[in-house]
Amino acid sequence: MKPKRKRLFIVLIGLLFVSAAVGFSLFALDQELDVFRSPSEIAEKGFPSGKRFRVGGLVEDGSVSSEGIVTTFRVTDGAHALTITYDKILPDLFREGQGIIALGALNAGGTFEAQEVLAKHDENYMPPEVADALKKSGHFKPEGGDS
Amino acid sequence: MSDTAKTDGQGEPEGVGAANAPVARKARTGLLIAALPIAAFVVIGWFLFRGLSLDPSEIYSVLIDKPAPTFDLAALPGKEHGFSSADLTQPVQLVNVFASWCVACRVEHPVLMELKRSGAVPIYGLNYQDQPDAAGGWLQNFGDPYDRIGSDLNGRVGIDFGVYGVPETFIVDGNGIIVRKITGPITPTILQKELLPLIAEMQK
Amino acid sequence: MAPELGQYALVLALVVAAVQAIVPQVGAYRRDAAWMGVAPAAARAQFLLVLFAFGCLMVSFISSDFSVVNVFENSHSLKPLIYKISGVWGNHEGSLLLWILILTLFGAAVAQFGQNLPPTLQARVLSVQAMIGVGFLSFILFTSNPFARLDPAPFEGNGLNPLLQDPALALHPPFLYLGYVGLSVAFSFAVAALIEGRVDPAWARWVRPWTLAAWCCLTAGIALGSYWAYYELGWGGWWFWDPVENASFMPWLAATALLHSSIVVEKRDALKSWTVLLAILAFSLSLLGTFIVRSGVLNSVHAFASDPTRGVFILAFLVFVVGGSLTLYAIRAPSLKGGGLFRPVSREGTLVLNNLLLSTACFTVLLGTLYPLFLDAVASEKVSVGPPYFNSVFVPLMAPLIAALAIGPMLAWKRGDLAGVMGRLKFVAALAFLTGLGMAWYAWNIMPLAVLGMALVVWLGLGVLREWAERVRLFRWDIVESWRRARGLPRASYGMSMAHMGVALMVLGITASETWQEEKQVIMRPGDVQTVSDFELTFVGAEKVPGPNYSATAGTFVVTRNGQPVTILQPESRIFSNPPMETTEAAIRSTLAGDLYTVVGEGDGLGGYAVRLYYKPLVIWIWLGALAMMIGGMISLSDRRHRIGAPARKQAGESGTHRDPGALAAAGAGD
Repeated sequence: MKPKRKRLFIVLIGLLFVSAAVGFSLFALDQELDVFRSPSEIAEKGFPSGKRFRVGGLVEDGSVSSEGIVTTFRVTDGAHALTITYDKILPDLFREGQGIIALGALNAGGTFEAQEVLAKHDENYMPPEVADALKKSGHFKPEGGDS
Repeated sequence: MSDTAKTDGQGEPEGVGAANAPVARKARTGLLIAALPIAAFVVIGWFLFRGLSLDPSEIYSVLIDKPAPTFDLAALPGKEHGFSSADLTQPVQLVNVFASWCVACRVEHPVLMELKRSGAVPIYGLNYQDQPDAAGGWLQNFGDPYDRIGSDLNGRVGIDFGVYGVPETFIVDGNGIIVRKITGPITPTILQKELLPLIAEMQK
Repeated sequence: MAPELGQYALVLALVVAAVQAIVPQVGAYRRDAAWMGVAPAAARAQFLLVLFAFGCLMVSFISSDFSVVNVFENSHSLKPLIYKISGVWGNHEGSLLLWILILTLFGAAVAQFGQNLPPTLQARVLSVQAMIGVGFLSFILFTSNPFARLDPAPFEGNGLNPLLQDPALALHPPFLYLGYVGLSVAFSFAVAALIEGRVDPAWARWVRPWTLAAWCCLTAGIALGSYWAYYELGWGGWWFWDPVENASFMPWLAATALLHSSIVVEKRDALKSWTVLLAILAFSLSLLGTFIVRSGVLNSVHAFASDPTRGVFILAFLVFVVGGSLTLYAIRAPSLKGGGLFRPVSREGTLVLNNLLLSTACFTVLLGTLYPLFLDAVASEKVSVGPPYFNSVFVPLMAPLIAALAIGPMLAWKRGDLAGVMGRLKFVAALAFLTGLGMAWYAWNIMPLAVLGMALVVWLGLGVLREWAERVRLFRWDIVESWRRARGLPRASYGMSMAHMGVALMVLGITASETWQEEKQVIMRPGDVQTVSDFELTFVGAEKVPGPNYSATAGTFVVTRNGQPVTILQPESRIFSNPPMETTEAAIRSTLAGDLYTVVGEGDGLGGYAVRLYYKPLVIWIWLGALAMMIGGMISLSDRRHRIGAPARKQAGESGTHRDPGALAAAGAGD
């Protein structure tokens, strides 16, 4: 092959590679995306069981019960509530009335099985660095599954 | 970025020895490819611009058009009245969630004072998770824009309102229905462009 | 008084920057030496003015002048001096001022060390640098004035957020900004080169030390932030793939790619248009990161919000800088003449592969970071993109990169002999394969990726050593000759080996800590014993300890191994009341072999406490690896050829030396 041809060849290979990588990224995004639903949306429209999503709301008064390390509670957005179970240690700021966001999936019985629970801190105007750090410090990382 | 990766190969014309027509064509493709990054940036920039007007935290909007919660809160020390849901009787009123530890409330405070001076609308204060003495001192130092203040010591009422952070302001109508919620401090712009027109509209 | 003087200095700096942006640019166009000569003087003046303003703000902080809003909001008279000082940049306005200070510092450095740059190039570089300065100075003066006054002045400040009172976090922003802003020099050089219409090996030589310095700082900044997250946040995690982290990681990836592609420009006069683009993109991504962090488009509205004009301003600036430079690129890049040809299997070939993988990785991070924004804008759907996405796209991109990392430096320029290189690497390959095999047997059911990870560690680690051995002809000639050669190797060569070794160490730390981490989340009562790895942890108890402005639950663990006492760990969990906030103070026993990590939570009211216990083998090597990468960069920077200023001086004297056979040989050895 002439050098010019060869260069074209490299460029084509590179292009092919990049488009493959981008295609794969988009596919992965589609798979790994976590949508947010409020308890009302779940109550009204439902959500496929087994598919992961995030739900947020306030922990309903008097709804928290625990059995060993497994905690069951309900989150509400004022209109509807959703039952959540969680088998890890909850964040310190978790309490009745606290705003939380949980990541997990519905089981066949319609109960939300959480993989992580994030307690929403009382945020007020603050530098993004702090807000971000706070977000992370309440962030449950059961698998240590980062990077 | 990936679509620009190909630029290096083709963006550098091979140079010498080619006939004129291919050179022209090559220059055209070269320009096209070199323009890809700017095209990509235009798309991203547009989304960023849209993003500025979107609010990623608009989660607890469910209480809008719903009745305000029922509550009865104690007064701050030295004040005669507390604040209860029974006070929400005017055609329109503001419920402002504040705390002495909240920096943004300090920023918002002069705007509230000005609103108070104008007498356009009653302002009620929900003193959220704050030490009553600290709150009292704060109001003494900077002025008190509130018609009534309830001390929400443990934040329970704030929770019923779906308070996500401080400050937040709820606009409640004569039937005790929450009409609108302002997240974060009320700026002069928000006051002039959103709040006052809305209040005027509701008072008609 | 100080605040007013500071503000006045900033206004003056803005004026000087405006002059510096226009006059030298026109001068360079008209080849007017006097007009061009304005640039270095203006750059120095601008730096001194901003330094003065920064000093004024620092004085306000140190003297706890609460009539300044910024001091009131972020400081407290009882705070230790060091945190009063770090409070200067622990907030939006102050960190912006620090950013500008570093920007002008780099401008002054170009004026100082670039005296032997071609005059037109230096004038244009400084002019572009000043344009960026004008943007940021107007931003700070019109939307984020750090010297705004409060009347009446409060008696006491609000205090720096307790989470930010930490040595690593005090140093994190300065390093990060040195990195971000250092890339502005590469950017200015790229834009100046596009205006001049000329990119040559000499240009690459001038750009490279700046990029290298910025890259070192960026590496240090990211590593510090990550280490802070590890010990302060209490989950033992060190990377969360959240927008703020990604904002710093994207410029790092682009800068790493730039670092490597500029070698090709320098040695072979190829990849020019791509390298210029990378220089533009690296800084653009820094700006984008600033926009993401500062505008709050991806954070909660509370994180920013009080003033949406800030977001609009940064976006407008972003459009001007990025849009302008990319438009210039679109017009000028096609006319940049390509240089040396090379085969796919060659040093250049592997560097192209490196660039392809790094820029694709950068793009996937960008995609994941901005995707929630796209979806929100298009479909009003609130989504989050978490670590699973990033992990699933990142590993497949990094694995081939690391695999090629061992081969690349051994290939010759222009036309490499892959078979020959593989022949020399056959023992390394065999050992890596055996490691993989061993891992497959040992850890397949725990984490299949560990097989790949450990094999790559062996492959790269030994590959780097093998390459060095090859250079010094170790065991081929006598040891004296090898020693002589080892001493004669250029520092850039050692820098490269060190940095690549750092990558291997980091992969080792990541793989080992993820694979063999032990974790227990249990309720413990006083006297309870838990075993983690081969440590026995006895929970002595926990008590409420009042702090100055928090109440803490302090737990005590006695740690033994095989009955022998090892240490006592006392983690705390602190709850602050004003504002309500929780911080964990993990107690960590850190050794090279692994970290024992303990966290105590709240009591259950029945005498039990929720505790988290981790053992993370080799985790410290993640940061030691980053440190090695940074040191490698610094060694490279100290190379005579790369030292700031020196190459410029040399280049100016003998332009086109890259064709000189001696230089070429040194170059071949160097990179």
